[in-house]
Amino acid sequence: MGIFNSLKKGLTKTREILLTDINDLFSPERAIDDDLLEELEEILVMSDLGMDITMEIMEKISKKAKKLKTADELKSILKEELKSLFPQTTSTETETASPVPRVIMVVGVNGTGKTTTLGKLAVKLTGQGQKVLIAAADTFRAAAVEQLQIWANRAQVKMVKHREGADPAAVAFDAVEASMARGIDTLLIDTAGRLHTQKNLMEELKKIKRSVGKRLPGAPHEVLMVLDATTGQNALSQAKLFNDAVGITALALTKLDGTAKGGVVASVAKTMDVPLKYIGVGEGMEDLQDFDATLFVNALFD
Amino acid sequence: MFDNLSDKLNSAFKKLKGRGTLTEKNIEEGLKQVRMALLEADVNYRVAKKVISDIKERALGQEVMDSLTPGQQVIKIVFDEFTRMMGDSHKGLNLEGRKPAAVMLVGLQGSGKTTTAGKLGLYLRKKGKKPFLVPVDVYRPAAIDQLKKIGKQLDLPVFPSTTDMEPLAICEQAVAMGREKGYDTLILDTAGRLHVDEALMAELQGIRKGVHPSEILLVADAMTGQDAVNIAGSFDETVGLDGIVLTKMDGDARGGAALSIKAVTGKPLKFIGMGEKSTDLEPFHPERMASRILGMGDTLSFIEKA
Ligand SMILES: Nc1nc2c(ncn2[C@@H]2O[C@H](COP(=O)(O)OP(=O)(O)OP(=O)(O)O)[C@@H](O)[C@H]2O)c(=O)[nH]1
Ligand SMILES: Nc1nc2c(ncn2[C@@H]2O[C@H](COP(=O)(O)OP(=O)(O)OP(=O)(O)O)[C@@H](O)[C@H]2O)c(=O)[nH]1
Ligand SMILES: [Mg+2]
Ligand SMILES: [Mg+2]
Repeated sequence: MGIFNSLKKGLTKTREILLTDINDLFSPERAIDDDLLEELEEILVMSDLGMDITMEIMEKISKKAKKLKTADELKSILKEELKSLFPQTTSTETETASPVPRVIMVVGVNGTGKTTTLGKLAVKLTGQGQKVLIAAADTFRAAAVEQLQIWANRAQVKMVKHREGADPAAVAFDAVEASMARGIDTLLIDTAGRLHTQKNLMEELKKIKRSVGKRLPGAPHEVLMVLDATTGQNALSQAKLFNDAVGITALALTKLDGTAKGGVVASVAKTMDVPLKYIGVGEGMEDLQDFDATLFVNALFD
Repeated sequence: MFDNLSDKLNSAFKKLKGRGTLTEKNIEEGLKQVRMALLEADVNYRVAKKVISDIKERALGQEVMDSLTPGQQVIKIVFDEFTRMMGDSHKGLNLEGRKPAAVMLVGLQGSGKTTTAGKLGLYLRKKGKKPFLVPVDVYRPAAIDQLKKIGKQLDLPVFPSTTDMEPLAICEQAVAMGREKGYDTLILDTAGRLHVDEALMAELQGIRKGVHPSEILLVADAMTGQDAVNIAGSFDETVGLDGIVLTKMDGDARGGAALSIKAVTGKPLKFIGMGEKSTDLEPFHPERMASRILGMGDTLSFIEKA
């Protein structure tokens, strides 16, 4: 099975991202009229793409639509438009120039799937032969550490923790030190969920980042923001404020196994110019996939 | 982004000087702005469409009140319609019937069920009840621990569930233990699940049939987007809801999902979650929600004066 087919197979659960009904809409015979354009608008809005992008796409498409005869032809234009929303990523970049230890800090608002995504990532990286360490820097939420410990066990990796209520920046600092001492390839730092509007908690997050950098200049090498596909336009505000505080370098989109399309991630990726790297499609260990915009949009339309 | 709908509306209505009648033509631009504001606030596309056509019907032919500009008049109509749609103000919990009564919390993964279970426990104890927290989530790592810790923090009793128990068996045994120990209200914290997960939705139906909860509450995240209608619709259809708790309202989400959920289920919004602490639970206020969705903050004061 070629890479493309395997990707497509992996996507069967998530084919729905952005565009479930698009193929029904674009039956080859269908004429391009106002009805079709309205249906298209509905699909785009219902995918949580947001009004700015929806209107931008609609405007472009309405213009081009005059020159096109059938709905089928519109499809490739739409495909290009959607693809162009995602910044280009160089997927091998991480592998080649990896600093050791590579430190990834996972951030996001409450309940989006940070701990789960981190756990899946630990499973994935250990599967690739990496030596992984986990830092339990959510010292706030009840049983957050216990939850993470179960994931550490699943991935068969060690976890650095302090007692409940401890300073998360100190946990992160110790974990970096441990990673350096133990020859760890990747350190994954779990942080507590926090709403982007809570200034003191965002300060706390900055402090975690600073303490990581203090122990290991250049770290964290990745600040992975986890977004929930069920979230609507608020994701834009989340991403903006997290980015202002700690500088997001990558996105993960979870819960795509539901019916939400998660389209807002396209607006986030576009406005913040950060790549969407992972998608979550379930609660199991294997339910994390790499995201690639070109392959992804192509696979959707095949 | 629409930070201030009333400014947008006022500019849309600039041409319409002084008093007059609202006509199809002169309100069109204003309604377009309202529609945009609704969609920006995550009100479902179809719900927004229906709301706009209802509003239009109500607005047409209305005389503009002396004290208002036409733009303000439309906002007033929109605001009134929203408040009406949001339902009556705060409804408490219905805990009549067999004792112990049960409140069952259901919803998607991560919406805030376990946190809300603790909050409701505290709320009920303040009302003189004897709540009993029941961890029914045997799937998510450390979910039982989480509720046990919350119970300990609040000094509330927690049923000793273990991950090898069946969810229905937990509920049934908790009812028996609650009766024995004199706890009058069980709070069932179920696992997060997708509304399209048939097996897990059937599990909720089983619990419903087994212990007949007095209240089945959907715990939904205020940041939810367009999918809110599918989520709420499915939970209501398959499990049957008595009310909604909207969490994470302490952020800056406009909360259009509230309108969508209400429109789809017709069930009352009962509480809002305003933070992670157990005291961060508030009764629901329809007018506040309406002005929040419209993004108008306190610019509504002119309406109250009108
Ligand atoms: N269906 C589905 N559920 C997921 C996915 N990712 C995470 N979850 C579930 O979402 C819920 C919240 O996940 P967590 O990983 O605890 O989220 P978090 O962001 O760490 O939460 P806080 O630390 O409380 O802010 C859990 O029930 C997870 O099992 C996913 O891709 N699909
Ligand atoms: N800011 C804020 N956070 C909340 C609120 N309610 C819950 N949370 C947080 O949201 C996250 C998820 O809450 P949980 O109570 O674990 O959610 P759940 O629905 O039980 O999650 P699962 O059992 O995994 O499905 C936690 O970090 C909570 O602290 C709220 O009203 N405001
Ligand atoms: Mg977590
Ligand atoms: Mg829970």
